Amino acid sequence: MRPRNRRALIGLALVGIVSLATALVLNAFNSNLVFFYTPTQIAAHEAPLERTFRIGGMVRQGSVTRDGVRVRFVVTDTAKDVPVQYDGVLPDLFKEGKGVVAQGRLGADGVFTAKEVLAKHDENYMPPEAAEAVKRADEVKARMAKSLQSGGAR
Amino acid sequence: MIPEFGHFLLILALGVALTQGGLCLLGAHRRRGEWMALARPMTVLRFVLTATAFGCLVASFVRHDFSVLYVASNSNSALPLHYRIAGTWGGHEGSLLLWVLMLDIWSLAVARFSRTPPPDFIARVLAVMALVGAGFLLFMLLTSNPFERLLPAAPDGRDLNPLLQDPGMVTHPPMLYMGYVGFSVAYAFAVAALLGGNLDATWARWVRPWTTAAWVFLTFGIGLGSWWAYNELGWGGWWFWDPVENASFMPWLVGTALIHSLAVTEKRGAFKGWTVLLAIVAFSLSLLGTFLVRSGVLSSVHAFATDPRRGLFILGFLALVIGASLMLYAVRAARVGLGQRFALFSRESLLLVNNMLLAAACGAVLLGTLYPLFLDALGLGKISVGPPYFDNVFAPLMAPLLLLIGVGTLTKWKGDQLGTVIARLRWAAPAAIAAAVATGLAAGRLGMATTGGLALAYWILITAGMDLAGQLRARGRASWSERLSRVSRAWAGMALAHLGVAAFAFGVAMVKTYETERDVKMGPNDTTEIAGYEFRMLKLAPVSGPNYQAMQAEIEVSRAGRVLATLRPEKRVYRVQTNPMTEAAVDSNPLRDLYVSMGEQLDDGAWVVRVQYKPFIVWIWGGCLLMMAGGALAASDRRYRSRATREAVVPADGVPA
Repeated sequence: MRPRNRRALIGLALVGIVSLATALVLNAFNSNLVFFYTPTQIAAHEAPLERTFRIGGMVRQGSVTRDGVRVRFVVTDTAKDVPVQYDGVLPDLFKEGKGVVAQGRLGADGVFTAKEVLAKHDENYMPPEAAEAVKRADEVKARMAKSLQSGGAR
Repeated sequence: MIPEFGHFLLILALGVALTQGGLCLLGAHRRRGEWMALARPMTVLRFVLTATAFGCLVASFVRHDFSVLYVASNSNSALPLHYRIAGTWGGHEGSLLLWVLMLDIWSLAVARFSRTPPPDFIARVLAVMALVGAGFLLFMLLTSNPFERLLPAAPDGRDLNPLLQDPGMVTHPPMLYMGYVGFSVAYAFAVAALLGGNLDATWARWVRPWTTAAWVFLTFGIGLGSWWAYNELGWGGWWFWDPVENASFMPWLVGTALIHSLAVTEKRGAFKGWTVLLAIVAFSLSLLGTFLVRSGVLSSVHAFATDPRRGLFILGFLALVIGASLMLYAVRAARVGLGQRFALFSRESLLLVNNMLLAAACGAVLLGTLYPLFLDALGLGKISVGPPYFDNVFAPLMAPLLLLIGVGTLTKWKGDQLGTVIARLRWAAPAAIAAAVATGLAAGRLGMATTGGLALAYWILITAGMDLAGQLRARGRASWSERLSRVSRAWAGMALAHLGVAAFAFGVAMVKTYETERDVKMGPNDTTEIAGYEFRMLKLAPVSGPNYQAMQAEIEVSRAGRVLATLRPEKRVYRVQTNPMTEAAVDSNPLRDLYVSMGEQLDDGAWVVRVQYKPFIVWIWGGCLLMMAGGALAASDRRYRSRATREAVVPADGVPA
């Protein structure tokens, strides 16, 4: 084989490997993205029923009940609530009134079944998703208050 | 006074580093011998300054100097001595100081042991490392000074994060940093080669032992981190594809590719430009890892309180280092040249495929780690990329890589016949598959993925044995032990590291397929059963440690009526930070781990307890140890040492270099 042909072949093989790897990566990437929804979005039926996603917010005070291994609690972004159930051991820093992120699926009955619960790692730290949910809910409330006011003025 | 002294030393170190960087680069450019001669003494000076400053911080911790903000936030008067010392790198500021100290240790080692390269080359290498150090010192002094005073002093400290109060804390960060920072040596050698314009097989021989040494430390650091997370976090997982883990894994993948491409550059003078690029990328990824971990963009135990100035500084520094070196590469790479030709089927071409696969794997990890951050930064919403993505991408990329280990080591350099190699391997493949099926049947269940993983592990084992037989046959008619002792360390190291990969793959395949876990409610005298083992809770009792209170369970494990072990998992509450902490209990042997951790207490006094059965999980870390041992063996090969000693100027204290 002439050197030029050989080099071309090596180049082709490499392009083949790289494009195969890229295809593989993008395919896996697409089907494994986990989206994030706030309790307000869930209340507005924006969240999918069949797909795993994450919710974030605060654990509502006094909402945690245990029944053996099963735990039930309510995640709130101060505007809307989502009931959550989870089987198993909660992270050490899971507390009422503190930030939490849960990953799982939403049932047709509106109960979110969590496969995984994440809590903060130290006391100053709030999971970004939880902070985001509360922030967005606050913005919505502020906007509603403003539109009510302007509606009242007219 | 001690903290002020330390602070002053850091400022001096910055001055020395900047001077060294400027003088030595300029000296090498203008061929001024007396300027270049400053490289070694100034490196020693830098090391002494930083090491003393580090000593000052340790002293402040040991002496409970709570008038230092950093000590007050990361220590407590009840904290035991070894954790006070480890607390030095328990937070952001101190871990940066550790970073710089590691860099100076590597610089010192290069100054001391790299005696063969010409003076202008060494001057450039040390200058580049000094400039990197200057960047980090500047970062520390401007945004995160570990010696900042707290006035009035705090009566007592806020204590070290309970998660970090573990023996792993004493070794994991220093080892990981040794690895991260170690790639700066390969980076500095690459930049020096680009600046000087000479890059040949000799260059590769200079840089190879350093790269391998850094890789060994990084492997150790990552393995230790994984083992620590397994024992400490109480979930029983060994790898979570957490962004911080990925941050250390990416330089490892590129570093592994670099080790292999350096082999080609040294043996055959090929892949030159690619090797230089890999060296630059490996260190850039180390810096990116530091940025990801230290800037607070990630939510993880490694992320400390955030200060936007810090993130911005590291990002700027990152852009400067990567941009400048890629620019240099673009301008100078053509002068370095491509190197020797090789045949379509040869060890070189197979190693090229190895490099492509490792680079693709690194790219996949990079995408999964950074994409959510990008979306978030652009305000396009929050998403996360979980373990399923990484698992799905990694298995198909790693399987051909493991397959190639067997083929590549038995293929000749420069060119080989595909037919002969296949003929040589015709029994290995069926043997590996048969062994895998037999193992699967013995374990009780057979699956595609498991059998594939096991077959690859056996495949590496068998081909390594064939390679060894070939090595011995090539060494004539002497006795077996004689011939064995003549096998080069480089070859033995390679084989050992590859066996480590096999042990790792074996462990992963077994754990992923046969592990079981169960969350149960348990009170005294309750029992539960998992994988044929019976767990009985004997009692629950409070215990207290130096700075914590705990509830300890005593759980007896038995199999077929015979008591195997008594496990004592704890749930601790540390007095100062009042956060609960799970302390798992593990009974471990090479065949299986039994893992018990306590969840939370229920209203009737019983606890939610998680029991897990993890077959062959120790093999995962055993594989890492084998890889490390292989790397250490290869780096100590005679051809690096004999060159160094023959041409070395014997140092003043008579220790051979």
